[in-house]
Amino acid sequence: MRECLAQAMRMITKLSRSGMAVLALGVILSGCAANEAPVVSDSPVATNTNTNTAPALQGTLVGGGASSQTAAQEAWRAGFQTTYSAVTVDYDPTGSGTGRSSFSSGGFAFAGTDDAFSVEEAAGAFAGCSAGTGLVEIPVYISPIAVAFNLPDVPTLNLDPATIAKIFAGKIKSWDDKAIAAANPGVKLPNTAITAVHRSDKSGTTGNFTDYLAETASAEWTWGAVEQWPEKLAGEAADKTQGVREAITSAAGAIGYLDASQAADLGTVAIKVGSDYVQHSAEGAAAAVAASKLETGRAATDIVFDLDRKQTTSKAYPLVLVSYLVACGQYQDANTAELVRTYFEHAVSTAGQQAAANQAGSAPLNSELTSLVSDAISKIK
Amino acid sequence: MPPPVANVLKSRADADEWRNLINDRPRGLDRRRRITNKVALGAITAAFCLAIAPLVSVLWTVVSAGLNRIDVEFFTQSMRGVIGEGGGALHAIMGTIQITLAAAVISVPVGILAAVYLVEYGRGAFARTLTLLVDVMTGIPSIVAGLFAFALFSLAFGPGVRAGVAGAVALSLLMTPVVIRSAEEMLRLVPTELREASQALGAPKYRTITDVVLPTAASGITAGVMLGISRIVGETAPLLLVAGFTDSMNYNLFSGRMASLPVFIYSQWQNKGVDAAAYDDRAWSAALTLIAFVFVLNLASRMANRFLGAKAR
Amino acid sequence: MAAILAEPGAGVRTAAPSDLTGAGRRKERRTDQLAKWTVLASGAAIVVVLAGVALFLLIQGAPALTAAASELPYQVDFWSLAGPLAFGSVWVSGLALLFATPIAVAVALFISRLAPRSVSRYCGIAVDLLAAVPSVVYGLWGIMVLAPNLAVCYRWLSENMGWFPLFAGTPSATGRTILTAALVLAVMVMPIMASVCREVFAQTPTATSEAALALGATKWETIRLAVLPFGRSGIISGAMLGLGRALGETMAIAMVLSPTPLLVSLQLLNSTNPNTVAAMIAQTFPEANGLQVNALITLGLVLFAITFVVNAFARRLARPKPEA
Repeated sequence: MRECLAQAMRMITKLSRSGMAVLALGVILSGCAANEAPVVSDSPVATNTNTNTAPALQGTLVGGGASSQTAAQEAWRAGFQTTYSAVTVDYDPTGSGTGRSSFSSGGFAFAGTDDAFSVEEAAGAFAGCSAGTGLVEIPVYISPIAVAFNLPDVPTLNLDPATIAKIFAGKIKSWDDKAIAAANPGVKLPNTAITAVHRSDKSGTTGNFTDYLAETASAEWTWGAVEQWPEKLAGEAADKTQGVREAITSAAGAIGYLDASQAADLGTVAIKVGSDYVQHSAEGAAAAVAASKLETGRAATDIVFDLDRKQTTSKAYPLVLVSYLVACGQYQDANTAELVRTYFEHAVSTAGQQAAANQAGSAPLNSELTSLVSDAISKIK
Repeated sequence: MPPPVANVLKSRADADEWRNLINDRPRGLDRRRRITNKVALGAITAAFCLAIAPLVSVLWTVVSAGLNRIDVEFFTQSMRGVIGEGGGALHAIMGTIQITLAAAVISVPVGILAAVYLVEYGRGAFARTLTLLVDVMTGIPSIVAGLFAFALFSLAFGPGVRAGVAGAVALSLLMTPVVIRSAEEMLRLVPTELREASQALGAPKYRTITDVVLPTAASGITAGVMLGISRIVGETAPLLLVAGFTDSMNYNLFSGRMASLPVFIYSQWQNKGVDAAAYDDRAWSAALTLIAFVFVLNLASRMANRFLGAKAR
Repeated sequence: MAAILAEPGAGVRTAAPSDLTGAGRRKERRTDQLAKWTVLASGAAIVVVLAGVALFLLIQGAPALTAAASELPYQVDFWSLAGPLAFGSVWVSGLALLFATPIAVAVALFISRLAPRSVSRYCGIAVDLLAAVPSVVYGLWGIMVLAPNLAVCYRWLSENMGWFPLFAGTPSATGRTILTAALVLAVMVMPIMASVCREVFAQTPTATSEAALALGATKWETIRLAVLPFGRSGIISGAMLGLGRALGETMAIAMVLSPTPLLVSLQLLNSTNPNTVAAMIAQTFPEANGLQVNALITLGLVLFAITFVVNAFARRLARPKPEA
């Protein structure tokens, strides 16, 4: 009986060994994704109505950099790869610093960065670019940073920059502190301890948040504008935007800063701008950027903002992150140039900016910024 | 020859225990010993239940959360062009299959041959060094294997290179010692009489190995290989470092980033978009797929062991 | 592992030695030599590859040892970075071992001695399967299921036992502390240790345990007198194996822990915790550039050195003792 069973298992295994090979082969051969067939995909955000007239662009475009742009890049890549189905665009969210250095060394065809290249760096040499042709650096992503908290029954709070700085510096430890109560008369504040959540990784969101605090609350925030949260400060550390969001949601009494698009069901802070308290909004972010000046001393295709955090423009929300895309002025490879140019055009187009706004909650570029930026893009050769 | 009782008497206290046992015999068990027995056995059972509880919780969570997205779309689509809801993990599944097969192609021949060397030919210092090094290899943390593959490929091709084959190299570093260990064990269990009989019939050593030893140990070696594969299928850290991730299908191991199931799970969890629930669903379903894959491989390895041949013990 | 073989004699093809001419025999000898060199080459390849691993890592990592602090992560020199991280790795792994070892021994005892025969085989298979669950799944479970539930316990512990130095400080409201990470690690490592212990306990000489039973020992006394002393070195060896695995664990810790860079702290319940080497490498590598990459590679070497020492110790203990 046992021999019979053993023999049967032997036969089954022999069959299944070859069967497994056939199965594996079948899986591999049929491993063509249904959503990557060269015909129109069933993606719900398909913006392509004219695939048959789209020019035959092909190749692979590899870029990377700021992780703040990840969601927007997803939207842009989806739309772009649907229109140009023979092109693959990869965006590697390696962080702004690595993005810039990989772009300099030729590893990335384009880079996304929260901090633009400095004027000296922009004049330097970049592998992959033809010598002396400079950079095209354009703002493409404008996103408000929300200060979100988790207090049941409290949907919004008014706070001025000094109070925010003290909370994150650990000087204010409880929600019923006088400073918070003074700015929020009539709001029932519980006696819960404050858990201040910050980013554990290097982040442009941290950089912009600390820049805002350093400029508007320089007495209380003495650690400057840094991308890595100062290690002397206590508080909960979370990895990436979604980590901060999860940390805030899971702990009553937590407060943190994160990209506004991820602060959907959380209570958010209305920050004091001038004499008003302003909630985060895409329009407020756009207004704050529009009221800021461009940095001087740069080439015409190098468009970088010097954000004014202390502004008192009505309804502006100066706690904002501006992220840039960087490309060569002239590429050594003509196909890459065409791919980059077309991709950037898609990113700043109305459709592209709207898709990014839907996916990432960003503020679409206004018309004058769009025309300035499109001008620069057209110079990519 | 079982060791004499004296060998287990490691201390005076032990000796006293045995002496008490012998002396207690006519009187039988007293209450104290009975209670100690009950309490101790109860504690062990409680510890067992305590140990099983989190493991059951893990499985329950994965199954209940993962069933949400186990649908046709999940297994036939990639994430290319998908924003928010929808999409699938086909690119990750294909990537895992490709990278794992490539790692097996590297480790299995090298591993089996090295095991043959250790069992059939190895004498002297080199064999001892090799055994020591295989031991060292068993203990390499997976992230160090990833760093090594990164260092190798960046020395050869410059930094910023991400490719499926680099991930396969890192994983083969982790799989080879498992293959060598189990192949070695299986080969050592082939009775010497078989080898001697083969040599008595005039077969040269290599014929003995290929025609007698290897076929006899084949099922056990296969089981060991499957065990090795199930070990590397779930490795995230090396692939995160050197294979990167992407949304689209990639059929080329040698160029471009390649997605894989564990990295897909991690990136879906880490880079959630606005519709967080959709990302969570995909992550759990991918986790369920991965666990199912690992369990099937493990069980298949056991069945191969169990049914294909006589137990030697 | 049960010794499993195909039926003896399967696949034997006999040669007819009298058929071979002198030339045939010479060809056979050449093939024999070729086979021997192939096999030797495989062995040599492994040695070369491992030497290559060490060499490559050293070459790529060395610049970080002498680099200026401003180039490295967190702007400190290399050893100030590696020290706290090494402490974190050893501390969390030690804690995990503390929790996992008694539980693993208990599980092994239960399966090998207490459970009825029919149940024990399935329990054994179940425990082995659970050893194969990937760590990223444990990470997901740890942060989504375990941490929020433990946060409640931490609040209670801090209020009632805050005088104990390890429980001092403000308890974390999210539960993402080093104690949670250690518990997740313990859950991961326990099945491996349990299978090693099971094998060891199964090899207890029956004569000794039967002698104890014959003398009227209760089940527990049999275990204490016959099984545990015999298996002591096996248990320690299993513990070292678990320790090695815990030291190298990356993803579960990266996902669960709320780390504060460069911190060395023994407090278990706070939001500020030391980070571990492996988790730090996994978190910072994707965004590292320049000398930071070299620093991370050297950190990997430090981790390798630590696990090597632990494994060497385990091997020493597992070596069969000479018969008395």
